[in-house]
Amino acid sequence: MKPKDDVGIKGYAGYVPKYRIAPKEVGDVWGKDGELMGRSLRINSKSVPSPDEDVVTISTQAAKWAMERAEIDSDEIDAIYVGSESHPYAVKPTATIVAASLAASPNLTAADYEFACKAGTAAFQTCMGLVSSGMIENGMAIGADTSQGAPGDALEFSAAAGGAAYLIGSENILARFNYTCSYTTDTPDFWRREGEKYPQHGGRFTGKPAYFKHITNCTNKLLKETGKEPGDYDYAVFHQPNGKFPMKAAKKMGFSKEQIEPGLLVTRIGNTYSGAVPLGLAATLDQAEPGDKILVTSYGSGAGSDSFDIVVTDNIEKVKEQSVPKIEEVISKEEFISYAKYAKFREKIHDGGA
Amino acid sequence: MPIPRFWREIKQRYKGIGSRCENCGKIYFPPRKICPECRRESFQKMEEYELEGKGEVVTYTKINEPHPEFEMLSPYIMAIVETEEGARLTGHLVDADIEDVEPGMKVEATMRKLGEESRDGLIYYGYKFWPLDR
Repeated sequence: MKPKDDVGIKGYAGYVPKYRIAPKEVGDVWGKDGELMGRSLRINSKSVPSPDEDVVTISTQAAKWAMERAEIDSDEIDAIYVGSESHPYAVKPTATIVAASLAASPNLTAADYEFACKAGTAAFQTCMGLVSSGMIENGMAIGADTSQGAPGDALEFSAAAGGAAYLIGSENILARFNYTCSYTTDTPDFWRREGEKYPQHGGRFTGKPAYFKHITNCTNKLLKETGKEPGDYDYAVFHQPNGKFPMKAAKKMGFSKEQIEPGLLVTRIGNTYSGAVPLGLAATLDQAEPGDKILVTSYGSGAGSDSFDIVVTDNIEKVKEQSVPKIEEVISKEEFISYAKYAKFREKIHDGGA
Repeated sequence: MPIPRFWREIKQRYKGIGSRCENCGKIYFPPRKICPECRRESFQKMEEYELEGKGEVVTYTKINEPHPEFEMLSPYIMAIVETEEGARLTGHLVDADIEDVEPGMKVEATMRKLGEESRDGLIYYGYKFWPLDR
């Protein structure tokens, strides 16, 4: 899918809550070797939201900073799409609350997306289409999550919180979307039924027929359709449910460790689901130079992948002088907590009155 | 909090919309219909004014015995903040260590959950403050 006209990123920013929990802390409670688990997943710590943080607050903070970076006013936003699998309400859009908090209401279109971990990049594609067709000037695409793992489940070692916002338009862009493509199938690797608090997953089934199949097929499809090779890119960002999967997928497809390392945040913050690829891309853009080429492939269970071919423009230079926090600044603020505090923060335990 | 009241206050809670007296220029938060200094002179002269969300801690306290709604956050810090525009408002101070807080500390507004009606009720969002130099 090639956009008709120039379409790209005018502003971007990410936000990750400051609390962290280490795999050892989780393992100690459930009688598992947490350190070994952390090493095998390549996750040293994962982010935990405070009880007063959720997808609305994470999205709002990221979107505010993205607007600051784009240097646009709130009434210039024509669309807001928030991708997440942990929207605070089952019915009532996150996007309307984010729009109101940015003072972008009421003259815009808004909706929530859900596609497991790739809802954020689905929002990218929607905004690209609307901008490219000339229907809107500026669209805000957000990917954010405060994902949960059932107590004792393997997901407790990885399910984290965070998100990033992208202002997509056609003028004064920091990076251009040259091409995008998707690969979508019906694959039952991970799900959460309506009304259920915690998701279920297919264990090892989430690997080969799910993550690896979609990531590699979508990336190879993009390479084939654009006539490029892995070596043509300066950076690559792949979905990162843990630190092991993206490294393995990258190696298999011919991408180097150096290409993916700047966007590989999972080792420090865990799997931020819909926020993972948007945050990884933001960290990559933070250190990109004009002319750099970036390949991005997300993955969402259920299942599908979206790939993007991105080239950085000269405008990226201005990012370096802005006071908007870079991803490194955001994620370097960390406070480690105990499993007990984590259980309270994630509402796995309640006080007697609640 | 009744739904209509929360809905009416969305602008001030999400965006810090206060009011400015066209007569004397003073800025108030929450918004006022009449300026207490200019009184009748300010009648129909109070305009909406959006606070930048930046300010300084005037004074603060650590709450160890929380209001039942804030049980999950206990202990937490409440602060009176004077904004750059001169309005004073009370709010939670988050992501800060009590040892580091002092009058004059620069803070900024961020959006957080303030509470909820019930487990299946409305979620109340609004501003809290965090240190500018977090």
